[in-house]
Amino acid sequence: MTNPVLSIDNLQTHFFTRAGVVKAVDNISLSVNAGEILGLVGESGSGKSITGFSILGLVDEPGRIVGGSIKLSGEELIGKPEAALRRIRGGRASMIFQDPMMTLNPVLRIETQMIEAIRAHEKVPRREAWQRARDGLAQVGIPSPEERLKCYPHELSGGMRQRVAIAIAFLNRPEFIVADEPTTALDVTIQSQILAEAQKLCRENRTAMIWITHDLSVVAGLADTIAVMYAGRIVENGPAEAVLRSPRHPYTSGLIKSVPGEHLVGQRLFQIPGMTPSLLKLGEACAFKERCAYQDDACSAAPPISMEGGRACRCFHPLRADTAAQSGGAAKESAP
Amino acid sequence: MLAFLIRRIGQSAVVVLLMATIVFFGVNLVGDPVHMLVSPEADQAEIARVIQQFGLDRPIVEQYWLFLKGAVQGNLGTSFIFGQPAVGLILERLPATMELAVCALVLAVFFGIPLGVYSGIKPKSRVSQVIMAASIFGFSLPTFWVGIMLIMFFSVQLQLLPSTGRGEVGSFLGIDSSLFTLDGLKHIILPATNLALLKMSMVIRLSRAGTREVMQQDYIKFARAKGLSFGRIVWAHLLKNIMIPVITVLGLEFGSLIAFSVVTESIFAWPGMGKLLIDSVLQLDRPVIVAYLMIVVFLFVAINLVVDVIYSLLDPRVSLTGAKS
Amino acid sequence: MSDQLSNAAKPRFRDTPFGVFLSRYLDSKVATLAFVVLVVIIVLAIIAPWITPQNPYDLAQVDVLDARMAPGEEAFAGYTFWLGSDGAGRDLYSAMLYGLRISLMVGVLSGLIAMVIGTAVGLTAAYAGGRVETLIMRLVDLQLSFPAILIALMLVAALGKGVDKIIVALVAVQWAYYARTVRGTALSERSKEYVEAARNLGLSPRRILFGQIMPNCLSPLIVVATIQTAHAIALEATLSFLGIGLPQTEPSLGILISNGFEYMLSGKYWISIFPGVALLLTVFCINLVGDQLRDVLNPRLAK
Repeated sequence: MTNPVLSIDNLQTHFFTRAGVVKAVDNISLSVNAGEILGLVGESGSGKSITGFSILGLVDEPGRIVGGSIKLSGEELIGKPEAALRRIRGGRASMIFQDPMMTLNPVLRIETQMIEAIRAHEKVPRREAWQRARDGLAQVGIPSPEERLKCYPHELSGGMRQRVAIAIAFLNRPEFIVADEPTTALDVTIQSQILAEAQKLCRENRTAMIWITHDLSVVAGLADTIAVMYAGRIVENGPAEAVLRSPRHPYTSGLIKSVPGEHLVGQRLFQIPGMTPSLLKLGEACAFKERCAYQDDACSAAPPISMEGGRACRCFHPLRADTAAQSGGAAKESAP
Repeated sequence: MLAFLIRRIGQSAVVVLLMATIVFFGVNLVGDPVHMLVSPEADQAEIARVIQQFGLDRPIVEQYWLFLKGAVQGNLGTSFIFGQPAVGLILERLPATMELAVCALVLAVFFGIPLGVYSGIKPKSRVSQVIMAASIFGFSLPTFWVGIMLIMFFSVQLQLLPSTGRGEVGSFLGIDSSLFTLDGLKHIILPATNLALLKMSMVIRLSRAGTREVMQQDYIKFARAKGLSFGRIVWAHLLKNIMIPVITVLGLEFGSLIAFSVVTESIFAWPGMGKLLIDSVLQLDRPVIVAYLMIVVFLFVAINLVVDVIYSLLDPRVSLTGAKS
Repeated sequence: MSDQLSNAAKPRFRDTPFGVFLSRYLDSKVATLAFVVLVVIIVLAIIAPWITPQNPYDLAQVDVLDARMAPGEEAFAGYTFWLGSDGAGRDLYSAMLYGLRISLMVGVLSGLIAMVIGTAVGLTAAYAGGRVETLIMRLVDLQLSFPAILIALMLVAALGKGVDKIIVALVAVQWAYYARTVRGTALSERSKEYVEAARNLGLSPRRILFGQIMPNCLSPLIVVATIQTAHAIALEATLSFLGIGLPQTEPSLGILISNGFEYMLSGKYWISIFPGVALLLTVFCINLVGDQLRDVLNPRLAK
């Protein structure tokens, strides 16, 4: 068995607000191998972005990592001094952000922002850094990279800017990349181009990647494994194909059914009833309980984790392959 | 760029013309222009001569035309205290005022921006709260009162710094300035500080607000994710963004520094054009007042123009060639 | 049950709009203190003639032999100069309170007049729209691009000394701020639903403007008025300090400070200091009150 590039164990990131402690990330465990992509799926507010920021040590006040372990190629990241984390960020581990319109500094040229990313980690001459930046842009499919390097961000389109951001993330050949919904703000056509581009780069460079998204259709063709997050916890994970084909957790099943697909033409779209619970009031009980069709008295206790064939599910009533295929858990019919 | 400059210069000319018109008719409206141009002690012959010289016996429209013609040629009358052309009198004192205003601006920026950035990065720290309280207080203090306090403390109590005059003026590369002699430097510290405090509160507030806004932006977080050092983030990513509004506002405020130098120069007996203005007002030397007004209007308009150009150079999103009102 | 009913009929004071405003204002201890101090200052200024030993304007009561007495020394007439006396032999305590009267009077009066003129102009601009609005706002912008002190200086230079003249100058300096504020608020209010509703009811534009929109401009106006009054007081003091504001016969705080300035170098600090502290306290308190009012009345304006 190969050692994973990134392994997270029981990570807890809490926000200490006036209203109380928000357990944004509550006991999460994940691992990603070299050259593989993990799709981290969940609704907004489920803690998936915070998980990404936690890995790079970018959680801001009032948030704090309060427990667990994050290992990059076996090296523990939690508790590392800021200076050491800074050397890892953008070097061995980097990040792509959601909105390409906001991630590039509007008053600095693309070349400035790329060269500084290289020179923050390696003392190379400007000329060499510039060449690497140019090659980086070419790699993500940007035509005439020399000219683009001279541009300011506002002179590029959104898709182009996201390519630049991806190029920056790959500049220092990182072992690991977090991509935080990088295609959400883009057109669908651009989105698929970028997905293909990122996947190719990942495979070629043997980079391990966590692709955060709320959109199951995005990870369907992209990810090798999928982890579904709900209210700060992972409720299900496993190989992408298996999870999508036969979800175990009622929540995953609901998510899959709410993706508009061809077979649903003319039908009502499915929606999961209710809303995500407040992270302030979570107890031991299953957080999905109130919205779940299968809930019973047992669900008030901490749900057990069932392991089976490389898959894990945190539920008292995991769905079996046959029921999932037809009714998908038949989560409460949405109110008409 | 050229088209922009030509258009802006055209607009500026219109503003100057407008102000000249307001000044001319204002002077005619408020009182008899003869009294404005002639010393109160002048005899009949002198009055007749001035009326003749400025064409005050002619119709008002023609007088207006003569006034404008004189203004273009730099002739706005003769001071009856000094017996010299008013414009020349003011221009003689312009360097001293500029020296003071520039020093004040540099001081305000030099201290104001770091303090503002610090309190923007750490808004909750004790130091930041002291900085902000001080800046609100500084905002409330009348300039002349601060000047008095500075003199009382540093000149009278501690006897550290001189409180009046410009000191010894040195010459370097053909420019005369107090900055080139030790004595001159000692003399400029208090008045420049006095004038600077006025703007420092503003610089602090502006750069603090800018810092707080910029630090929350995604591109700062992205810069951190790239592994940049904190210094690099502040220097390249933060400062460049907050400098745009700060420089724009400060450029415009440079005009008000020149205006407020009237107060500072009076307190510290600084021989600039502001002191000349107050003396002229007190002695009713009206040609000098009119000339001062016209020169200041011209200065303001020129400063506005320069600020616009600097702004477009700083902010890549603004292009001078594009249509922009 | 009946308790609740009577409660419903008579809303408690703290639930009325004014009650809410008051409790939010009192949230800040500093602002509350500033308000109290300000009230004390104003009351002292008003009752000055009854609580001072001397009328500094009445030359018969002023003895030049009493000039430049240090604080605590006794006057020829028998009373004590608690704050010392100035170069003309005026009791500083009396002169200060009388000076406060003039300073406050000039500041508040000019502020009120400017508010009336500025509001009228601003509403006219918003009401007329088109060319008239453009012309008015250009004028406002042009004036605001020049420092207030310069404009006031020029006007005073042209008009001469005197309380009436300085008020004219201060009004001329301030009206544009009010006009800009009122016009801005009126424009943003004009697009709101209640104005739409009033228009649908068939009210004339004039009634909508003065009956519906103007009351909504009140809170920003109050805020601007507070801050502008502080400005006006400081500006008047500055002009008077420079010797081109009020005449010596009606000494405001600025003139008292100016008079003391020449004695400062010889260590007679009190002549300038006490009026200065009074001026400072007044302006600072008004600014603090204004700051809090801005936060309480109109969160949108908060910077």
